[in-house]
Amino acid sequence: MTTPFLSVERLSQRYPDGEGGQTTIFENASFGIERGEFVVILGHSGCGKSTIMNILAGLAEASEGVVIMDGKEVSGPSLDRGVVFQNYSLLPWLSALKNVTFAVAARYPDWSKDQVLSHSKKHLEMVGLSADVFHRKPSQLSGGMRQRVSIARAFSISPKLLLLDEPFGALDALTRGTIQDELLKVWAGTNQTVFMITHDIDEAILLADRILLMTNGPFARVAESVEITIPRPRNRIEIVEHPNYYAIRNHLVQFLGKHSKELAGPTDAVENRPETVRIDKTAPAARSPKKLAV
Amino acid sequence: MTDMSVNKRAAILSFILLIGGLLLWEAAIPGQKAVGELTEYERLTGGGAQKAGVPPPSQVLEKAWEQLSDPFYDAGPNDKGIGIQIGYSIYRVLAGYFLAALIAIPLGFLIGMSPVAYKALNPFIQVLRPISPLAWMPLALFIIQDSETSAIFVIFICSIWPMLINTAFGVAGVRKDWVNVARTHELGALRTAFMVILPAAAPTIVTGMRISIGIAWLVIVAAEMLVGGTGIGYYVWNEWNNLDLTSVIFSILMIGVVGMALDAMFGVLQRFVVYSE
Repeated sequence: MTTPFLSVERLSQRYPDGEGGQTTIFENASFGIERGEFVVILGHSGCGKSTIMNILAGLAEASEGVVIMDGKEVSGPSLDRGVVFQNYSLLPWLSALKNVTFAVAARYPDWSKDQVLSHSKKHLEMVGLSADVFHRKPSQLSGGMRQRVSIARAFSISPKLLLLDEPFGALDALTRGTIQDELLKVWAGTNQTVFMITHDIDEAILLADRILLMTNGPFARVAESVEITIPRPRNRIEIVEHPNYYAIRNHLVQFLGKHSKELAGPTDAVENRPETVRIDKTAPAARSPKKLAV
Repeated sequence: MTDMSVNKRAAILSFILLIGGLLLWEAAIPGQKAVGELTEYERLTGGGAQKAGVPPPSQVLEKAWEQLSDPFYDAGPNDKGIGIQIGYSIYRVLAGYFLAALIAIPLGFLIGMSPVAYKALNPFIQVLRPISPLAWMPLALFIIQDSETSAIFVIFICSIWPMLINTAFGVAGVRKDWVNVARTHELGALRTAFMVILPAAAPTIVTGMRISIGIAWLVIVAAEMLVGGTGIGYYVWNEWNNLDLTSVIFSILMIGVVGMALDAMFGVLQRFVVYSE
Protein backbone atom coordinates (compact mmCIF):
# COMPACT_ATOMS: atom_id res chain seq x y z
CA MET A 1 0.00 0.00 0.00
CA THR A 2 1.42 3.36 -0.98
CA THR A 3 1.19 6.20 1.49
CA PRO A 4 -1.74 8.47 0.69
CA PHE A 5 -1.41 12.26 0.34
CA LEU A 6 -2.82 12.73 3.81
CA SER A 7 -2.34 9.96 6.28
CA VAL A 8 -3.90 9.90 9.71
CA GLU A 9 -2.13 7.32 11.80
CA ARG A 10 -3.42 5.86 15.03
CA LEU A 11 -4.87 9.08 16.26
CA SER A 12 -6.35 9.08 19.77
CA GLN A 13 -7.84 11.86 21.81
CA ARG A 14 -8.41 11.65 25.52
CA TYR A 15 -9.63 14.24 27.98
CA PRO A 16 -9.61 14.15 31.78
CA ASP A 17 -13.12 13.17 32.84
CA GLY A 18 -13.10 15.35 35.94
CA GLU A 19 -12.97 12.39 38.30
CA GLY A 20 -9.30 11.62 37.98
CA GLY A 21 -9.78 9.27 35.05
CA GLN A 22 -9.82 9.83 31.33
CA THR A 23 -12.47 9.86 28.66
CA THR A 24 -11.38 8.52 25.33
CA ILE A 25 -13.12 10.33 22.51
CA PHE A 26 -11.64 8.21 19.76
CA GLU A 27 -8.84 5.72 19.68
CA ASN A 28 -6.29 4.56 17.13
CA ALA A 29 -8.18 6.11 14.24
CA SER A 30 -6.33 5.66 10.97
CA PHE A 31 -7.38 6.69 7.51
CA GLY A 32 -5.98 8.26 4.39
CA ILE A 33 -7.06 10.85 1.88
CA GLU A 34 -5.75 10.97 -1.68
CA ARG A 35 -4.74 14.14 -3.47
CA GLY A 36 -7.72 15.82 -5.12
CA GLU A 37 -10.22 13.72 -3.20
CA PHE A 38 -13.37 15.13 -1.58
CA VAL A 39 -13.91 13.24 1.67
CA VAL A 40 -16.84 13.80 3.98
CA ILE A 41 -17.01 12.54 7.53
CA LEU A 42 -20.39 11.65 9.04
CA GLY A 43 -21.17 10.72 12.60
CA HIS A 44 -23.25 11.60 15.60
CA SER A 45 -22.43 14.48 17.91
CA GLY A 46 -19.71 13.64 20.39
CA CYS A 47 -17.84 11.20 18.20
CA GLY A 48 -14.96 13.60 17.80
CA LYS A 49 -15.42 14.77 14.20
CA SER A 50 -14.65 18.34 15.13
CA THR A 51 -11.66 17.23 17.18
CA ILE A 52 -10.26 15.37 14.18
CA MET A 53 -10.86 18.49 12.09
CA ASN A 54 -9.05 20.69 14.59
CA ILE A 55 -6.13 18.29 14.73
CA LEU A 56 -5.90 18.30 10.93
CA ALA A 57 -6.04 22.10 11.00
CA GLY A 58 -3.29 22.15 13.60
CA LEU A 59 -5.46 24.04 16.07
CA ALA A 60 -5.56 21.13 18.51
CA GLU A 61 -3.10 18.43 19.39
CA ALA A 62 -3.92 14.74 19.51
CA SER A 63 -3.17 12.77 22.65
CA GLU A 64 -1.52 10.09 20.53
CA GLY A 65 -0.84 9.49 16.88
CA VAL A 66 0.32 11.59 13.98
CA VAL A 67 -1.03 13.20 10.85
CA ILE A 68 1.25 13.21 7.84
CA MET A 69 0.46 15.43 4.89
CA ASP A 70 2.51 15.37 1.72
CA GLY A 71 5.34 13.58 3.53
CA LYS A 72 5.49 16.01 6.45
CA GLU A 73 4.07 15.75 9.91
CA VAL A 74 1.32 18.23 10.71
CA SER A 75 2.14 20.42 13.68
CA GLY A 76 0.47 23.76 14.25
CA PRO A 77 -1.74 25.68 11.87
CA SER A 78 -0.49 26.54 8.42
CA LEU A 79 -1.58 28.20 5.20
CA ASP A 80 -1.27 24.76 3.61
CA ARG A 81 -4.45 23.81 5.40
CA GLY A 82 -7.34 26.21 4.84
CA VAL A 83 -10.30 26.08 7.19
CA VAL A 84 -13.90 27.17 6.76
CA PHE A 85 -15.59 27.24 10.15
CA GLN A 86 -19.31 26.99 10.71
CA ASN A 87 -19.49 30.51 12.15
CA TYR A 88 -17.42 33.56 12.85
CA SER A 89 -14.66 32.84 10.46
CA LEU A 90 -14.97 36.31 8.97
CA LEU A 91 -13.50 39.28 10.80
CA PRO A 92 -16.53 41.54 11.37
CA TRP A 93 -14.62 44.84 11.20
CA LEU A 94 -13.33 44.10 7.69
CA SER A 95 -15.33 44.26 4.47
CA ALA A 96 -15.99 41.08 2.51
CA LEU A 97 -13.19 41.98 0.13
CA LYS A 98 -10.69 42.77 2.89
CA ASN A 99 -11.51 39.48 4.56
CA VAL A 100 -10.18 37.81 1.43
CA THR A 101 -7.30 40.17 0.64
CA PHE A 102 -5.69 39.78 4.04
CA ALA A 103 -5.57 36.02 3.50
CA VAL A 104 -4.24 36.36 -0.06
CA ALA A 105 -1.60 38.85 1.12
CA ALA A 106 -0.58 36.43 3.88
CA ARG A 107 -0.34 33.56 1.39
CA TYR A 108 1.53 35.47 -1.32
CA PRO A 109 3.57 38.08 0.54
CA ASP A 110 5.51 39.19 -2.53
CA TRP A 111 2.46 39.96 -4.68
CA SER A 112 1.64 43.56 -5.51
CA LYS A 113 -1.49 45.21 -4.14
CA ASP A 114 -3.19 45.01 -7.54
CA GLN A 115 -2.41 41.33 -7.87
CA VAL A 116 -3.84 40.61 -4.42
CA LEU A 117 -6.93 42.65 -5.21
CA SER A 118 -7.69 41.09 -8.57
CA HIS A 119 -7.03 37.57 -7.24
CA SER A 120 -9.41 38.19 -4.32
CA LYS A 121 -12.11 39.70 -6.52
CA LYS A 122 -11.86 36.78 -8.92
CA HIS A 123 -12.53 34.31 -6.14
CA LEU A 124 -15.43 36.32 -4.72
CA GLU A 125 -16.98 36.36 -8.18
CA MET A 126 -16.37 32.63 -8.50
CA VAL A 127 -18.68 31.93 -5.56
CA GLY A 128 -21.40 34.08 -7.09
CA LEU A 129 -20.91 37.37 -5.24
CA SER A 130 -21.33 40.56 -7.22
CA ALA A 131 -19.10 43.60 -6.93
CA ASP A 132 -21.69 45.64 -5.03
CA VAL A 133 -21.35 43.48 -1.92
CA PHE A 134 -17.52 43.48 -1.85
CA HIS A 135 -17.38 46.51 0.42
CA ARG A 136 -20.06 45.42 2.85
CA LYS A 137 -19.22 44.28 6.34
CA PRO A 138 -20.13 40.69 7.25
CA SER A 139 -22.97 41.95 9.45
CA GLN A 140 -24.53 43.49 6.34
CA LEU A 141 -24.45 40.18 4.48
CA SER A 142 -26.86 37.27 4.73
CA GLY A 143 -25.66 34.02 6.30
CA GLY A 144 -25.34 32.45 2.86
CA MET A 145 -23.27 35.33 1.52
CA ARG A 146 -20.96 35.23 4.53
CA GLN A 147 -20.27 31.57 3.98
CA ARG A 148 -19.61 32.27 0.30
CA VAL A 149 -16.98 34.79 1.36
CA SER A 150 -15.43 32.19 3.67
CA ILE A 151 -15.35 29.67 0.84
CA ALA A 152 -13.88 32.24 -1.54
CA ARG A 153 -11.18 33.02 1.00
CA ALA A 154 -10.37 29.35 1.49
CA PHE A 155 -10.05 28.69 -2.25
CA SER A 156 -8.14 31.92 -2.88
CA ILE A 157 -5.13 30.71 -0.91
CA SER A 158 -5.15 27.30 -2.68
CA PRO A 159 -4.30 25.27 0.40
CA LYS A 160 -3.03 21.73 -0.03
CA LEU A 161 -5.92 20.58 2.10
CA LEU A 162 -9.22 22.38 2.56
CA LEU A 163 -11.06 21.68 5.79
CA LEU A 164 -14.77 22.45 5.98
CA ASP A 165 -16.30 22.27 9.44
CA GLU A 166 -20.05 22.01 8.90
CA PRO A 167 -19.89 25.02 6.62
CA PHE A 168 -23.60 24.97 5.81
CA GLY A 169 -24.85 23.96 9.25
CA ALA A 170 -26.25 27.36 10.13
CA LEU A 171 -27.98 27.98 6.80
CA ASP A 172 -31.56 27.33 5.78
CA ALA A 173 -32.21 24.42 3.42
CA LEU A 174 -32.71 26.48 0.26
CA THR A 175 -29.60 28.59 0.72
CA ARG A 176 -27.66 25.48 1.58
CA GLY A 177 -28.66 23.95 -1.75
CA THR A 178 -27.44 26.87 -3.82
CA ILE A 179 -24.16 27.16 -1.93
CA GLN A 180 -23.54 23.45 -2.30
CA ASP A 181 -23.85 23.99 -6.04
CA GLU A 182 -21.42 26.93 -5.89
CA LEU A 183 -18.98 24.84 -3.88
CA LEU A 184 -19.16 21.99 -6.39
CA LYS A 185 -18.65 24.42 -9.27
CA VAL A 186 -15.62 26.06 -7.67
CA TRP A 187 -14.16 22.76 -6.56
CA ALA A 188 -14.61 21.16 -10.01
CA GLY A 189 -12.22 23.68 -11.52
CA THR A 190 -9.42 22.80 -9.11
CA ASN A 191 -7.62 19.74 -7.90
CA GLN A 192 -8.37 20.73 -4.34
CA THR A 193 -8.27 18.07 -1.64
CA VAL A 194 -11.22 18.58 0.70
CA PHE A 195 -12.09 17.14 4.08
CA MET A 196 -15.53 18.11 5.31
CA ILE A 197 -17.74 17.52 8.33
CA THR A 198 -21.48 17.46 7.92
CA HIS A 199 -24.64 16.17 9.55
CA ASP A 200 -26.54 16.10 6.32
CA ILE A 201 -26.57 12.75 4.49
CA ASP A 202 -27.81 14.17 1.19
CA GLU A 203 -25.19 16.87 1.27
CA ALA A 204 -22.54 14.23 1.87
CA ILE A 205 -23.65 12.11 -1.09
CA LEU A 206 -23.87 15.12 -3.38
CA LEU A 207 -20.40 16.40 -2.58
CA ALA A 208 -18.20 13.48 -1.62
CA ASP A 209 -15.99 11.02 -3.42
CA ARG A 210 -15.92 9.02 -0.24
CA ILE A 211 -17.78 9.18 3.05
CA LEU A 212 -16.13 8.18 6.31
CA LEU A 213 -18.60 6.87 8.89
CA MET A 214 -17.84 7.15 12.55
CA THR A 215 -19.26 5.07 15.37
CA ASN A 216 -20.64 6.78 18.44
CA GLY A 217 -18.29 8.01 21.14
CA PRO A 218 -16.66 7.42 23.52
CA PHE A 219 -14.10 5.15 21.89
CA ALA A 220 -15.38 6.29 18.55
CA ARG A 221 -13.64 5.11 15.43
CA VAL A 222 -13.90 5.53 11.70
CA ALA A 223 -15.69 2.30 10.91
CA GLU A 224 -16.49 2.49 7.21
CA SER A 225 -15.38 4.29 4.15
CA VAL A 226 -18.23 4.39 1.65
CA GLU A 227 -17.38 5.15 -1.95
CA ILE A 228 -19.89 7.31 -3.75
CA THR A 229 -20.29 5.53 -7.05
CA ILE A 230 -22.17 8.31 -8.78
CA PRO A 231 -20.31 9.97 -11.65
CA ARG A 232 -19.56 13.69 -11.67
CA PRO A 233 -20.58 16.29 -12.54
CA ARG A 234 -23.47 15.86 -10.18
CA ASN A 235 -26.33 18.15 -9.46
CA ARG A 236 -28.94 18.02 -6.76
CA ILE A 237 -31.86 17.30 -9.06
CA GLU A 238 -30.39 14.62 -11.26
CA ILE A 239 -28.46 12.80 -8.57
CA VAL A 240 -31.59 11.34 -6.98
CA GLU A 241 -32.43 9.60 -10.26
CA HIS A 242 -29.22 7.64 -10.21
CA PRO A 243 -29.75 3.95 -9.32
CA ASN A 244 -26.99 4.08 -6.72
CA TYR A 245 -28.36 7.08 -4.88
CA TYR A 246 -30.92 5.42 -2.66
CA ALA A 247 -28.83 2.31 -2.18
CA ILE A 248 -26.00 4.42 -0.78
CA ARG A 249 -28.38 6.62 1.15
CA ASN A 250 -30.07 3.60 2.76
CA HIS A 251 -26.71 2.22 3.75
CA LEU A 252 -25.74 5.49 5.40
CA VAL A 253 -29.07 5.83 7.18
CA GLN A 254 -28.79 2.26 8.44
CA PHE A 255 -25.29 2.89 9.70
CA LEU A 256 -26.09 6.12 11.49
CA GLY A 257 -29.39 4.83 12.83
CA LYS A 258 -28.23 1.40 13.94
CA HIS A 259 -24.67 0.30 13.33
CA SER A 260 -23.04 3.40 14.75
CA LYS A 261 -24.43 2.38 18.11
CA GLU A 262 -23.86 -1.38 17.74
CA LEU A 263 -20.25 -0.91 16.70
CA ALA A 264 -19.55 1.61 19.46
CA GLY A 265 -17.13 0.93 22.25
CA PRO A 266 -13.46 0.09 22.48
CA THR A 267 -11.82 -2.50 20.23
CA ASP A 268 -8.73 -4.56 20.80
CA ALA A 269 -7.27 -3.61 17.45
CA VAL A 270 -4.01 -1.69 17.54
CA GLU A 271 -5.22 0.26 14.57
CA ASN A 272 -8.79 1.02 13.56
CA ARG A 273 -8.85 1.37 9.80
CA PRO A 274 -12.20 1.84 8.07
CA GLU A 275 -13.61 -0.93 5.94
CA THR A 276 -14.16 0.16 2.36
CA VAL A 277 -17.74 -0.23 1.21
CA ARG A 278 -18.59 0.00 -2.45
CA ILE A 279 -22.22 0.00 -3.49
CA ASP A 280 -22.76 -0.01 -7.23
CA LYS A 281 -26.09 -1.05 -8.69
CA THR A 282 -24.95 -0.22 -12.20
CA ALA A 283 -22.31 -2.98 -12.21
CA PRO A 284 -24.28 -6.24 -12.51
CA ALA A 285 -21.57 -8.30 -10.81
CA ALA A 286 -21.87 -6.45 -7.53
CA ARG A 287 -25.52 -6.46 -6.57
CA SER A 288 -25.02 -6.50 -2.86
CA PRO A 289 -22.74 -4.31 -0.78
CA LYS A 290 -19.28 -5.69 -1.19
CA LYS A 291 -16.75 -5.16 1.48
CA LEU A 292 -13.09 -4.89 0.63
CA ALA A 293 -10.31 -4.81 3.10
CA VAL A 294 -7.91 -1.94 2.64
CA MET B 1 -47.29 68.69 15.31
CA THR B 2 -47.67 64.95 14.98
CA ASP B 3 -45.50 64.65 11.88
CA MET B 4 -42.57 66.43 13.53
CA SER B 5 -39.48 64.27 14.00
CA VAL B 6 -38.48 63.08 17.47
CA ASN B 7 -35.29 65.15 17.29
CA LYS B 8 -37.16 68.33 16.50
CA ARG B 9 -39.64 67.82 19.31
CA ALA B 10 -36.84 67.04 21.76
CA ALA B 11 -34.97 70.21 20.72
CA ILE B 12 -38.05 72.32 21.29
CA LEU B 13 -38.62 70.73 24.69
CA SER B 14 -34.96 71.32 25.67
CA PHE B 15 -35.26 74.95 24.68
CA ILE B 16 -38.46 75.40 26.69
CA LEU B 17 -36.83 73.76 29.74
CA LEU B 18 -33.81 76.06 29.41
CA ILE B 19 -35.87 79.24 29.17
CA GLY B 20 -38.22 78.08 31.95
CA GLY B 21 -35.31 77.19 34.22
CA LEU B 22 -33.56 80.51 33.65
CA LEU B 23 -36.76 82.47 34.28
CA LEU B 24 -37.39 80.57 37.52
CA TRP B 25 -33.84 81.25 38.62
CA GLU B 26 -34.10 84.94 37.74
CA ALA B 27 -37.42 85.22 39.60
CA ALA B 28 -36.10 83.40 42.65
CA ILE B 29 -33.30 85.94 43.29
CA PRO B 30 -34.64 88.74 45.57
CA GLY B 31 -33.76 92.15 44.18
CA GLN B 32 -31.64 94.59 46.23
CA LYS B 33 -33.82 97.40 47.58
CA ALA B 34 -32.88 100.93 46.58
CA VAL B 35 -31.56 103.10 49.42
CA GLY B 36 -34.55 105.39 49.25
CA GLU B 37 -36.96 102.54 50.11
CA LEU B 38 -35.11 101.55 53.29
CA THR B 39 -36.61 102.18 56.69
CA GLU B 40 -34.69 104.05 59.32
CA TYR B 41 -33.99 100.77 61.16
CA GLU B 42 -32.70 99.03 58.08
CA ARG B 43 -30.33 101.90 57.33
CA LEU B 44 -28.96 101.78 60.87
CA THR B 45 -28.34 98.01 60.72
CA GLY B 46 -26.40 98.27 57.47
CA GLY B 47 -29.18 97.03 55.24
CA GLY B 48 -28.06 99.39 52.53
CA ALA B 49 -24.67 97.70 52.06
CA GLN B 50 -24.14 95.47 48.99
CA LYS B 51 -25.23 91.95 49.92
CA ALA B 52 -23.43 88.96 48.46
CA GLY B 53 -26.14 86.85 46.91
CA VAL B 54 -26.45 84.23 44.21
CA PRO B 55 -26.43 86.23 41.00
CA PRO B 56 -29.32 85.97 38.57
CA PRO B 57 -28.71 84.30 35.18
CA SER B 58 -28.73 87.63 33.41
CA GLN B 59 -25.56 88.60 35.25
CA VAL B 60 -23.97 85.22 34.54
CA LEU B 61 -24.74 85.63 30.84
CA GLU B 62 -23.28 89.09 30.91
CA LYS B 63 -20.14 87.70 32.57
CA ALA B 64 -19.97 84.89 30.04
CA TRP B 65 -20.18 87.38 27.18
CA GLU B 66 -17.49 89.51 28.73
CA GLN B 67 -15.16 86.56 29.40
CA LEU B 68 -15.75 84.73 26.14
CA SER B 69 -15.23 87.85 24.04
CA ASP B 70 -11.66 88.04 25.35
CA PRO B 71 -10.78 84.58 26.63
CA PHE B 72 -6.99 84.83 26.42
CA TYR B 73 -6.10 88.04 28.23
CA ASP B 74 -3.35 87.85 30.82
CA ALA B 75 -3.24 90.60 33.44
CA GLY B 76 -1.01 88.98 36.02
CA PRO B 77 -1.06 85.73 38.01
CA ASN B 78 -4.51 86.28 39.51
CA ASP B 79 -6.24 87.68 36.48
CA LYS B 80 -6.12 85.49 33.40
CA GLY B 81 -8.77 84.86 30.76
CA ILE B 82 -10.96 81.80 31.01
CA GLY B 83 -9.43 80.39 27.82
CA ILE B 84 -5.96 80.43 29.37
CA GLN B 85 -7.23 78.73 32.54
CA ILE B 86 -9.07 76.04 30.60
CA GLY B 87 -6.04 75.63 28.36
CA TYR B 88 -3.85 74.88 31.38
CA SER B 89 -6.36 72.35 32.67
CA ILE B 90 -6.69 70.61 29.32
CA TYR B 91 -2.93 70.49 28.94
CA ARG B 92 -2.57 68.79 32.36
CA VAL B 93 -5.41 66.38 31.69
CA LEU B 94 -4.08 65.37 28.30
CA ALA B 95 -0.48 65.05 29.52
CA GLY B 96 -1.45 62.77 32.42
CA TYR B 97 -4.00 60.97 30.32
CA PHE B 98 -1.70 60.13 27.43
CA LEU B 99 1.06 59.00 29.76
CA ALA B 100 -1.50 56.69 31.35
CA ALA B 101 -2.67 55.41 27.96
CA LEU B 102 0.93 54.80 26.94
CA ILE B 103 1.33 52.44 29.87
CA ALA B 104 -2.20 51.11 30.37
CA ILE B 105 -2.89 49.93 26.84
CA PRO B 106 0.28 47.85 26.27
CA LEU B 107 0.16 46.54 29.83
CA GLY B 108 -3.55 45.75 29.46
CA PHE B 109 -2.71 43.88 26.27
CA LEU B 110 -0.16 41.78 28.13
CA ILE B 111 -2.52 41.10 31.00
CA GLY B 112 -5.31 40.17 28.60
CA MET B 113 -3.09 37.80 26.64
CA SER B 114 -1.50 36.05 29.57
CA PRO B 115 -3.53 34.47 32.37
CA VAL B 116 -0.37 34.36 34.49
CA ALA B 117 0.24 38.08 34.16
CA TYR B 118 -3.43 38.67 34.89
CA LYS B 119 -3.37 36.67 38.09
CA ALA B 120 -0.05 38.15 39.18
CA LEU B 121 -1.05 41.78 38.65
CA ASN B 122 -4.67 41.56 39.69
CA PRO B 123 -4.13 42.02 43.48
CA PHE B 124 -2.09 45.19 42.87
CA ILE B 125 -4.73 46.59 40.56
CA GLN B 126 -7.50 45.80 43.00
CA VAL B 127 -5.73 47.60 45.83
CA LEU B 128 -4.53 50.62 43.87
CA ARG B 129 -7.68 51.20 41.86
CA PRO B 130 -10.09 52.31 44.62
CA ILE B 131 -7.64 54.88 46.03
CA SER B 132 -8.97 58.38 45.54
CA PRO B 133 -6.53 60.11 43.19
CA LEU B 134 -6.27 63.09 45.53
CA ALA B 135 -4.95 60.82 48.27
CA TRP B 136 -1.80 60.54 46.17
CA MET B 137 -1.34 64.29 46.18
CA PRO B 138 0.76 64.74 49.36
CA LEU B 139 3.02 61.86 48.39
CA ALA B 140 3.32 63.20 44.86
CA LEU B 141 4.13 66.70 46.10
CA PHE B 142 6.78 65.33 48.42
CA ILE B 143 8.45 63.06 45.90
CA ILE B 144 8.08 65.20 42.78
CA GLN B 145 8.56 68.55 44.56
CA ASP B 146 6.65 70.32 41.82
CA SER B 147 2.97 71.15 41.98
CA GLU B 148 2.51 71.22 38.22
CA THR B 149 3.96 67.73 37.72
CA SER B 150 2.11 66.47 40.78
CA ALA B 151 -1.20 67.49 39.23
CA ILE B 152 -0.26 65.63 36.05
CA PHE B 153 0.69 62.61 38.13
CA VAL B 154 -2.68 62.63 39.85
CA ILE B 155 -4.40 62.66 36.45
CA PHE B 156 -2.10 59.85 35.33
CA ILE B 157 -2.93 57.67 38.32
CA CYS B 158 -6.69 58.19 38.08
CA SER B 159 -6.98 57.59 34.36
CA ILE B 160 -4.79 54.51 34.19
CA TRP B 161 -7.22 52.04 35.81
CA PRO B 162 -10.27 52.10 33.57
CA MET B 163 -8.01 51.90 30.51
CA LEU B 164 -5.93 49.09 31.96
CA ILE B 165 -8.90 47.02 33.07
CA ASN B 166 -10.92 47.55 29.91
CA THR B 167 -7.98 46.75 27.65
CA ALA B 168 -7.24 43.55 29.55
CA PHE B 169 -10.91 42.59 29.52
CA GLY B 170 -11.32 43.36 25.82
CA VAL B 171 -8.19 41.48 24.82
CA ALA B 172 -9.01 38.46 26.95
CA GLY B 173 -12.51 38.34 25.49
CA VAL B 174 -11.52 38.24 21.82
CA ARG B 175 -13.45 35.42 20.17
CA LYS B 176 -11.32 32.34 19.84
CA ASP B 177 -12.59 31.79 16.29
CA TRP B 178 -10.99 35.07 15.20
CA VAL B 179 -7.70 34.12 16.78
CA ASN B 180 -7.97 30.80 14.95
CA VAL B 181 -8.50 32.68 11.68
CA ALA B 182 -5.21 34.46 12.38
CA ARG B 183 -3.48 31.21 13.28
CA THR B 184 -4.65 29.31 10.21
CA HIS B 185 -3.42 32.19 8.05
CA GLU B 186 -0.02 32.08 9.73
CA LEU B 187 -0.14 35.67 10.91
CA GLY B 188 2.79 36.38 13.22
CA ALA B 189 2.34 37.56 16.79
CA LEU B 190 2.65 41.23 15.87
CA ARG B 191 0.30 41.02 12.88
CA THR B 192 -2.21 39.02 14.93
CA ALA B 193 -2.09 41.73 17.60
CA PHE B 194 -2.65 44.56 15.13
CA MET B 195 -4.90 42.87 12.59
CA VAL B 196 -7.13 40.78 14.83
CA ILE B 197 -6.86 41.43 18.55
CA LEU B 198 -6.61 45.21 18.49
CA PRO B 199 -9.61 45.77 16.18
CA ALA B 200 -11.60 43.10 18.03
CA ALA B 201 -10.90 44.65 21.43
CA ALA B 202 -10.99 48.28 20.22
CA PRO B 203 -14.60 49.04 21.24
CA THR B 204 -13.91 47.89 24.81
CA ILE B 205 -10.58 49.73 24.92
CA VAL B 206 -12.14 52.98 23.68
CA THR B 207 -14.92 52.63 26.25
CA GLY B 208 -12.21 52.46 28.91
CA MET B 209 -10.51 55.51 27.42
CA ARG B 210 -13.80 57.38 27.47
CA ILE B 211 -14.40 56.56 31.13
CA SER B 212 -10.83 57.63 31.92
CA ILE B 213 -11.06 61.02 30.26
CA GLY B 214 -14.29 61.68 32.16
CA ILE B 215 -12.65 60.83 35.48
CA ALA B 216 -9.54 62.83 34.60
CA TRP B 217 -11.64 65.92 33.92
CA LEU B 218 -13.48 65.46 37.24
CA VAL B 219 -10.21 65.10 39.11
CA ILE B 220 -8.31 68.00 37.53
CA VAL B 221 -10.71 70.55 39.03
CA ALA B 222 -10.13 69.21 42.53
CA ALA B 223 -6.39 68.83 41.98
CA GLU B 224 -6.02 72.41 40.76
CA MET B 225 -7.94 73.70 43.75
CA LEU B 226 -5.19 72.09 45.83
CA VAL B 227 -2.09 72.95 43.83
CA GLY B 228 -3.25 76.41 42.75
CA GLY B 229 -1.55 78.74 40.32
CA THR B 230 -3.42 78.15 37.10
CA GLY B 231 -6.21 76.09 35.65
CA ILE B 232 -9.97 76.08 35.77
CA GLY B 233 -10.05 74.47 39.23
CA TYR B 234 -7.82 77.19 40.62
CA TYR B 235 -9.97 79.78 38.85
CA VAL B 236 -13.15 78.53 40.56
CA TRP B 237 -11.46 78.63 43.94
CA ASN B 238 -9.91 82.04 43.32
CA GLU B 239 -13.25 83.55 42.33
CA TRP B 240 -14.78 82.02 45.42
CA ASN B 241 -12.14 83.82 47.50
CA ASN B 242 -13.00 86.99 45.59
CA LEU B 243 -16.66 86.31 46.40
CA ASP B 244 -17.34 86.72 42.69
CA LEU B 245 -20.16 84.18 42.43
CA THR B 246 -21.00 85.21 38.91
CA SER B 247 -17.56 84.00 37.80
CA VAL B 248 -17.92 80.85 39.90
CA ILE B 249 -21.18 79.92 38.18
CA PHE B 250 -19.79 80.83 34.79
CA SER B 251 -16.70 78.67 35.32
CA ILE B 252 -18.82 75.76 36.58
CA LEU B 253 -20.74 75.90 33.31
CA MET B 254 -17.47 76.02 31.37
CA ILE B 255 -16.23 72.91 33.19
CA GLY B 256 -19.39 71.15 32.05
CA VAL B 257 -19.03 72.29 28.46
CA VAL B 258 -15.38 71.24 28.18
CA GLY B 259 -16.15 67.88 29.82
CA MET B 260 -18.91 67.33 27.31
CA ALA B 261 -16.58 68.20 24.43
CA LEU B 262 -13.90 65.77 25.65
CA ASP B 263 -16.50 63.02 25.99
CA ALA B 264 -17.92 63.77 22.55
CA MET B 265 -14.45 63.36 21.01
CA PHE B 266 -14.26 59.85 22.38
CA GLY B 267 -17.82 59.24 21.27
CA VAL B 268 -16.68 59.91 17.71
CA LEU B 269 -13.70 57.59 18.15
CA GLN B 270 -16.02 54.93 19.53
CA ARG B 271 -18.29 55.11 16.51
CA PHE B 272 -15.22 54.72 14.34
CA VAL B 273 -14.01 51.46 15.93
CA VAL B 274 -17.31 49.79 16.68
CA TYR B 275 -18.39 46.77 14.64
CA SER B 276 -21.39 44.52 14.71
CA GLU B 277 -21.21 40.77 14.46
